[in-house]
Amino acid sequence: MQKLVYLDNATTTKLDPEVRKAMEPYFTEYYGLPTAEYGHSFGLKVKEALEEARETVAKSIRAEAEEIVFTSGSEESNNLAIKGTAWASKDKSHLVTSKIERMSVLNVMKSLENTGRFKVSLLNVDGEGFVDLEKLKAAINKETLLVSVQHANQEIGTIQDIVEIGKVCRDRGVLFHVDAEQSFTKLPIDVEKMNIDLLSISAHLIHGPKGIGALYKRKGVKLKPVLEGAYHEFGLRAGAENIPGVVGFGKAVELVEETQIAHMRRLRDSLTEGLLKTSDSRLNGPKGDKRLCNNVNITFKYVEGEAVLLHLDMRGIIVTTGSACFSRTLEPSHVILALGLKHEDAHGSVRFSLSRYSTREEMDYAIDNAKAVVEQLRRISPVGR
Amino acid sequence: MPSIYEKMYSPKLLELFKNPKNVGEMKDPDAKSTEGSLACGDMISIFLKIDKDTQRITDIKFLSYGCAANIATTSLMTEMVKGKTLEEAKKLTFKEIAKEIGGLPTTKMHCAVLSIDGLQSAVRNYEEKQGLVKIPKVDESFVRSRLRHVMNPKLGRDIVSTGMLGEIKIEQGRIELDLDVSRAGEFENYIVEEVNERLKNLPTVKEVKINVRK
Repeated sequence: MQKLVYLDNATTTKLDPEVRKAMEPYFTEYYGLPTAEYGHSFGLKVKEALEEARETVAKSIRAEAEEIVFTSGSEESNNLAIKGTAWASKDKSHLVTSKIERMSVLNVMKSLENTGRFKVSLLNVDGEGFVDLEKLKAAINKETLLVSVQHANQEIGTIQDIVEIGKVCRDRGVLFHVDAEQSFTKLPIDVEKMNIDLLSISAHLIHGPKGIGALYKRKGVKLKPVLEGAYHEFGLRAGAENIPGVVGFGKAVELVEETQIAHMRRLRDSLTEGLLKTSDSRLNGPKGDKRLCNNVNITFKYVEGEAVLLHLDMRGIIVTTGSACFSRTLEPSHVILALGLKHEDAHGSVRFSLSRYSTREEMDYAIDNAKAVVEQLRRISPVGR
Repeated sequence: MPSIYEKMYSPKLLELFKNPKNVGEMKDPDAKSTEGSLACGDMISIFLKIDKDTQRITDIKFLSYGCAANIATTSLMTEMVKGKTLEEAKKLTFKEIAKEIGGLPTTKMHCAVLSIDGLQSAVRNYEEKQGLVKIPKVDESFVRSRLRHVMNPKLGRDIVSTGMLGEIKIEQGRIELDLDVSRAGEFENYIVEEVNERLKNLPTVKEVKINVRK
């Protein structure tokens, strides 16, 4: 088989075989639904499994089990958190977020603004992607309902100061939502200490199954469901519970260990160092502790990312780019542009994202091939000659 | 592992991307051009050697900053015009390039357009150098012909033939035009950028104003 070096773990990850094993009985053996417990006993075992997983997920962010609402993933959780609080609010009419959020935050904000009922403040970030606390404070006013700021960025790995942002929100009496898709289990999350009211997470970024995630909702926070139906998930989400998914989610959380984080961080640093040896390259986002343990994002000047991607793909290396040519809208990465960089810096940006399965050999292979590909493309480029 | 690019791109395009023909910088060309922009993510330079007596393109080379489709379509264009007379070369269209390469995704059609623009611009450069033509007057029809090269990827066709381009006013180096983006969908910003790019560097043009209509 051709070599495969998968470095797109910020998009999705490989299912851990242990997770799969834990899920299996819930497809064919325990296929009942927990809501059926009132009618027959067949759902009982399933109900237990659901609540056990809820407990596991809750503990991992220092929450209570009944504060966890299972969803199809963090993007749905973002929808539920933002639309849900907006729709439930009777008087507040202002929302705050940053320019580098994922589209499931930015587009929801835009559609709420389009209703005419809400105004949205978009916070600029600095050259490394950090939200400025003073700008945040200045943006909050009497009408502000909710502040939504991600924990770690999906493209450049910038880790926001969630503790401080949480304090500001609590002091000013506004709700605080955190999109933690990227950081979940990779960074400590304590919803109490961080004053987080709502938090979105997914299983498929931590070697769990796709199609399952959760929203943490602090007790007392008012939310309207986005998907309405019967009383599933405390009345906050219609649809038969994805039981195998929930079980897999719980198992995936259990399998996380501190050593895996240290492993990724070491590989991240050597990959970064190796890639920056290619001339005219720059690291996008911060260095060191303020960067997510599995994210590397490099702009190679004078080349276009899709061409780099395709050459790397032919060599079995799977990465992504912020280039316009790679996007369905032909627009470059909104994150790279928000850093104050030029369009061509986005076109030449390549993201490498690691997992606990990544190896040193893979890093070396990626470094050597990226250098070769970039040099090959520069030989035919009209710029930088 | 089967490649997703085999679904997107024809075998011919992928082959030319891997091994482009006529690539490199030419020493002492008789004519050259650079079209596209770094900001848009695609840019090409074309170099020509032309036999004065026969007006034939005896050699052609290119450089490319761009995606796979950009590299491959420009490579193909150079092969198609090498040995042709200037008049023959001027007749080549982006549609012929797209067809010859085995088809292009609609979002990549502008790559074939750019390869033709580069060629036309290099030929014009030669004609200007030889005193064969004067610098064109920037009038309404000239603007229209430039904008016929801007694609709406949503429709897979250019913005002129699809009626997106409305009234054009040109006064003392200032171009003002109406652009209907109601059928542009997610490509609205891209199209506005492209229109601006195509017009702002024309001779005698100082300002471009685009009135976006939805």
